[in-house]
Amino acid sequence: MKNRKYQTKKNINRITKKEGLKLFKSADLLGLGTMADKIRQELHTKGIVTFIIDRNINYTNICINRCSFCAFWRDEKSPEAYVLDKKTLFKKIKETIALGGTQILIQGGLHPEFDINYYIELLKSIKENFNIHVHGFSPPEIAYIADKAGFTLKKTIKILKEAGLDSIPGGGAEILSDRIRKKLSPKKIGKDRWLRVMEEAHKLGIKTTATMMFGSIEKPEDIVEHLDAIRKLQDKTHGFTAFIPWSFQPGNTELAQRTAYSVQRKNALRRTHHAVRYGATAVEYLRVLALSRIYLDNVPNIQASWVTQGLKLAQIALRFGANDFGSTMIEENVVASAGVKYMVSINDILNAIKGASLKPAQRDMYYNIIGYM
Amino acid sequence: MSLKKIEDKVFSRKRLTPDDALILFHSEDIFTLGRLASQVAYRINGNNAYFVQNHHINPTNICVNRCKFCAFSRSKGEKGAYELSIKDIIKKLGTEGSGVRGQGQDKLNSSLVTRHSSLPFTEVHIVGGLHPDWPFDFYLEMLRQIKKSFPHIHIKAFTAVEIDYFSKTSGLSLTDTLKALKSAGLDSIPGGGAEIFDVKVRAKICPEKINGKRWLEVMEKAHSIGIKSNATMLYGHHETYEHRVEHMLKLRELQDRTGGFQAFIPLSFHPKNTRLSKTVHCSPRPRSAKRGGLFTVHSNGIDDIKTIAISRLFLDNFPHIKAYWIMLGEKIAQLSLMFGADDLDGTIIEEKITHSAGALSEKAMSKAELINLIKKAGKVPVERDSFYKPVKNLE
Ligand code: SF4
Ligand code: SF4
Repeated sequence: MKNRKYQTKKNINRITKKEGLKLFKSADLLGLGTMADKIRQELHTKGIVTFIIDRNINYTNICINRCSFCAFWRDEKSPEAYVLDKKTLFKKIKETIALGGTQILIQGGLHPEFDINYYIELLKSIKENFNIHVHGFSPPEIAYIADKAGFTLKKTIKILKEAGLDSIPGGGAEILSDRIRKKLSPKKIGKDRWLRVMEEAHKLGIKTTATMMFGSIEKPEDIVEHLDAIRKLQDKTHGFTAFIPWSFQPGNTELAQRTAYSVQRKNALRRTHHAVRYGATAVEYLRVLALSRIYLDNVPNIQASWVTQGLKLAQIALRFGANDFGSTMIEENVVASAGVKYMVSINDILNAIKGASLKPAQRDMYYNIIGYM
Repeated sequence: MSLKKIEDKVFSRKRLTPDDALILFHSEDIFTLGRLASQVAYRINGNNAYFVQNHHINPTNICVNRCKFCAFSRSKGEKGAYELSIKDIIKKLGTEGSGVRGQGQDKLNSSLVTRHSSLPFTEVHIVGGLHPDWPFDFYLEMLRQIKKSFPHIHIKAFTAVEIDYFSKTSGLSLTDTLKALKSAGLDSIPGGGAEIFDVKVRAKICPEKINGKRWLEVMEKAHSIGIKSNATMLYGHHETYEHRVEHMLKLRELQDRTGGFQAFIPLSFHPKNTRLSKTVHCSPRPRSAKRGGLFTVHSNGIDDIKTIAISRLFLDNFPHIKAYWIMLGEKIAQLSLMFGADDLDGTIIEEKITHSAGALSEKAMSKAELINLIKKAGKVPVERDSFYKPVKNLE
């Protein structure tokens, strides 16, 4: 078979950008899957597939950025706008712990009135009351906090760390290609700034994840550029614990990453970007996932995104390079979309993993195994 | 276990034994399975991936069987029970084409009923409950009226379960029942109601339904008078791999004798997926998965693609393997095209699509969406008629 040299980790002449692009453009799905599956098996020898029990808490949906693909933000004056009060927040955390959760993922919009003190206070109050890992504030939020305070990224992250921030989620990366970002999220921080937040965090000993949202208007070149940027930074810092590719799905009523996309906004996006009409299909998702596993030889874990892909495809993704099922999403797994409540229980996740003849295990943010299930 | 021996058989076009199929079910090598199945699919259908534009009609949900896990059926007089008249059906076929999204919609206009050739579908798919009072003649009249109003529409109607019931209520032999249906306008028979043939498993999931032997008998008689049909298999409940292979073996044997099956359609049992409840009659749909306590969620996509692939390899005399997207979901259905399937069924227009505030219907898929799925899988989309003849070329 061609491309044999990529097949095993030991003789993995790391693939170059050019090779990655060629592979992505020309290899067939089953070929890519075979390679990615071999690499996954070599890295995660016992067939263990991990997941984390956590809760996604969005402290506010008021956001000044108004990215075109995001259905989450609201104007301050909107009747649907909210800022979570402490009581609600603490209740959510309590429930999380009661359900065996070990972490909260805390993210929100860029609220025009919040300054760094809001975030410090938020973190401190959580840490004073609970023994829970706080995975919070994606790079756009961190950059926003820094800018408002007039601090450097380094100083900002340090302050947040001291207040209780444990790790940083890799959101807001979309596609790390400024050509695409200008179109999708012109107000959001650029590629370099996103990477700088992560680099500063890693240097301060804060681990992070990295994501990629594809299936919008990007080209294969942009995907490879994104992967390459992550790989380069990882060589330097080794601070990424996992990579999470997920696809933008305009025509899909399944769960979206942060919240349910509203139909209106989806349609608005369809009008502005014709290419986005269908989003990425299953075949494209698996191709990107497999490429990620092959390309990111220095990132230990690749997450399947059941939230965007559904349980069945996420299970299949475990044979196309993924070794982690991500979060059980106590919060987001009940999403009311078109009046239908969709719920995936931990049991369903366990069944999916076992159904692939793999071993499910609960983990923490650092991929330490908490227990086998 | 190495699949070398089976690979060699596939390369040299030798028939697989039931043991071979079992080895494949137990294998974790989905990549080899996918390659082998793709090869066989390519031999039979080239790079084509077919779809059809069809309209589903369920004339009634009143059913005497009341299968334990059927969420579709109602008893007479029960809340939610309904009956369509022949007039209702004709009207639905004439106007409800507008329920479909996408390209078809653009072509619709008010003169639709008279301009049959511009209907956005080429096939009507009719299945329903076993009504306690409707006489056989009513069904015959239904067929005649549909044919009269829409002479070019292919009528695929009545599962083996219904046909058996017609023969009982009319007192006619199976053959005479089928002949009467055929001369009234029936063109082909859907594959529903096969479930799983094994007697013990069948007793657990649908004891009220005709047994596997009778199902096969109906199909054999239909084939013998020139009526083509499909065949389904419901999996992912109580059955073992052995039961699946045995089921497929029975189908393969019958197909050797008659050649009357067009497509094999494996259906994965998914109790939680309520959106399916109305679309496939005569496959048990649970009212409450919890209440029965028997089922866990079938969240096994790997099982789905393996079953597709193995059916493609084992059923060497079936021209088509259908990945029925409404059951599998569009993602797994698309992926099935890389695992031996060559048909996605189609843009299903249903009776009761409610477009609430622009909500996207999960039940209908536009032609453009289907074509996109197929192309992104690297296949050639072919809109087909009910006998797999291309309807028209797509770019
Ligand atoms: S994606 Fe984030 S930054 Fe953009 S509008 Fe939504 S909440 Fe705001
Ligand atoms: S599955 Fe078919 S036969 Fe059984 S109750 Fe439902 S409609 Fe009636």
